[in-house]
Amino acid sequence: MIKGDKILKGKWLLVGGKIYDPFKEKYLKGNILINNGKFEGLTTDSVASGDINTLDCSNKLITHPFIDLHAHFREPGREDKETLESGCLSALYGGYTTVCLMPNTNPPIDTPELIKFIIDKTSDYPISVLPIGAITNAQSGKELTEIGLMVKEGAVAISDDGIPVEDSRIMRYALEYSKMFGIPVINHAEDVFLRSGAVMNESVESTKLGLEGSPHITESIMVSRDLMINEYVNGRLHVPHVSSKESVEMIRRYKKSYDTISAEVTPHHIYFNDSHLNSFNSNLKVAPPIRSEEHRLSLMDGLRDGTIDCIATDHAPHNIEEKESDFIHASCGMIGLETAFSGSYSALSKQKFSIEKIISLFTSGPCKVMNIEKKFLEEGSVAEIVVIDLDREWKVSEDDFKSKSSNSGFIDETLDSRVIYTIAGKNCFINQ
Amino acid sequence: MLSSKHFISLKNTPKEDLMLLIETGFSFREVLERPIKKVPTLSGKNILNLFFENSTRTRMSFELAEKRLSADVSNFSASSSSLNKGETFRDTVQNIQVMKVDCIVMRHPSPGSSLQITKFVDSIIVNAGDGSHEHPTQAMLDVMSLYERFKTFKNLKVAIIGDILHSRVALSNIYALTTLGVEVTLCGPPHLIPVGIEELGVSINYNIDEVLDWADAVNVLRIQRERMGIGLIPSIREYREIYGVTKDRVENLKKELVIMHPGPINRGVELDGDVADSDNSIILDQVLNGVAMRMSILYHLLSKGDAI
Repeated sequence: MIKGDKILKGKWLLVGGKIYDPFKEKYLKGNILINNGKFEGLTTDSVASGDINTLDCSNKLITHPFIDLHAHFREPGREDKETLESGCLSALYGGYTTVCLMPNTNPPIDTPELIKFIIDKTSDYPISVLPIGAITNAQSGKELTEIGLMVKEGAVAISDDGIPVEDSRIMRYALEYSKMFGIPVINHAEDVFLRSGAVMNESVESTKLGLEGSPHITESIMVSRDLMINEYVNGRLHVPHVSSKESVEMIRRYKKSYDTISAEVTPHHIYFNDSHLNSFNSNLKVAPPIRSEEHRLSLMDGLRDGTIDCIATDHAPHNIEEKESDFIHASCGMIGLETAFSGSYSALSKQKFSIEKIISLFTSGPCKVMNIEKKFLEEGSVAEIVVIDLDREWKVSEDDFKSKSSNSGFIDETLDSRVIYTIAGKNCFINQ
Repeated sequence: MLSSKHFISLKNTPKEDLMLLIETGFSFREVLERPIKKVPTLSGKNILNLFFENSTRTRMSFELAEKRLSADVSNFSASSSSLNKGETFRDTVQNIQVMKVDCIVMRHPSPGSSLQITKFVDSIIVNAGDGSHEHPTQAMLDVMSLYERFKTFKNLKVAIIGDILHSRVALSNIYALTTLGVEVTLCGPPHLIPVGIEELGVSINYNIDEVLDWADAVNVLRIQRERMGIGLIPSIREYREIYGVTKDRVENLKKELVIMHPGPINRGVELDGDVADSDNSIILDQVLNGVAMRMSILYHLLSKGDAI
């Protein structure tokens, strides 16, 4: 049972703060009034009277909560790392009220029955959980899944994330067949032969650490293949966790003549570069690997000019045993939902991104990619509000996480800003 | 006194530390020449040789060094496959820690493992090779052997020849040699020279004849036979033809060239037997200095400057 730290029974007035509607791209005047978890209207009253409670939001930013396109919760199969419930809690505390779940669980989500399992199990959660189905049965890269039936049950996209679709013919069929459902195909782009046993980016940093490196072209080779196939069949391709400059350039080039391509980047790829791995911190071992500064900067250029549409977490929980083994054997991935906004804001505000642009990368950007319709503060609808303190500094500690796992590369980093309240209906989740 | 508690990497080891270890190394060389080759310096100290990977000479060298310093020595060998049986690296090491050892000498196939265990245990850690990352005690015995031969590091030119990418010896050597002001050139097949290594202050030259002509000493790396046939080295004869330090090549030089090799040698592959056994070879001095240098390192880490 997911419950907020505070239950907003009756009438609540959010007093103060700046209210920004990311879908209409404008600031709103007034104070937000909610009644039993539903938005009732904006009022000019700032002093509550009678039966109205108040939530102080002065000097905060109030906006629509975030949408994540790329999270791994480990249910079914590895509930010791993350369950649907613990993952959703982690999302809510990170400011999200919508998460799309990748299908690489055990078993993988590759049938309509499993899509239904996710939808049913999360139906009474105060957060929208949108499952992504596998492209191929058992993510084996061989036969297409029942894509149509999965979409009917609620799948919003297909992906074999974690494993690339190596067979170009299968990739072609996936892009071609799924056109009739209007959903994106998301391919984890990595040439596994070129990657071989690599555990980080190939550069002087891998040389200094004596670790096998994966060259950045490992990604762009497959991204360019996918873009070509997509153009050929007029498909709907979404490129996940873009990590290299060449991939950004390739997507930019194809996007100019083609509007059915979209792309995402993770907070950790825009915050860290590969020199951060110098102490063999296995929490920074991710796939695709964190690359050099040149690539990090190009990812932010991609966000700036719209080549990359949004920020997605690639939230990937692993237990301490899997992360505390030696670097070569440590699992790939880090959790990301709770640090996504603060990490991204820290990186992007240093590059002079406006706050409105940053918010769009967490809201209208991902909605457009996944064709999700959202409205902010619609009268009578369930309240979905996030309150952010942009002036707060947050030194991230292992104890801060609501996720079942704590494999975050952001531990001990001092981030700018913090999500303070996430309001989902009557539930208010609070980061003190 | 050394500037760090552990002996894990030579990346930031200051020149003073390197010279102190070399000088003390020569004092222990003298001990090794005595009829009774043992000093009581580390009496009562426990040292564990924790080897997660096969090694004959490094382990033997450490064991001799430890015994000649009168330390109590234990050995633990685990093949890397046994690590995959479920027990985590941390558990293995913590099990050992509760048995209270003063120092752990560790060889492990994964880069960074020596640094990693400093977070789990209180013992002093000596890196005896962590994958293809570093092998700092080997690099120290190499520089000691060079110093013994040349009496100075000034204007010295050293080439490292072979598979730099998979070598644990190369990186530590590069750090030590460049800190000591030695000019270093790397020579080997282009795909076995790691990306960006020139940023560490070394030159690269793929032509072995030019390199042998340039160098005062060469450190010839072992070509591992398991690298053959997976597209890295087409054949032994091709490797020998292009990169072998052969008798012909060395005899054609108009100067003396000092030959080093970390062992074990593939005679007739990377190094010809005649060259390995020649007067200019200091390969066996390296082995002897290996014991003296490891005594020096353990002495400085564990005795905190007591008289030898």
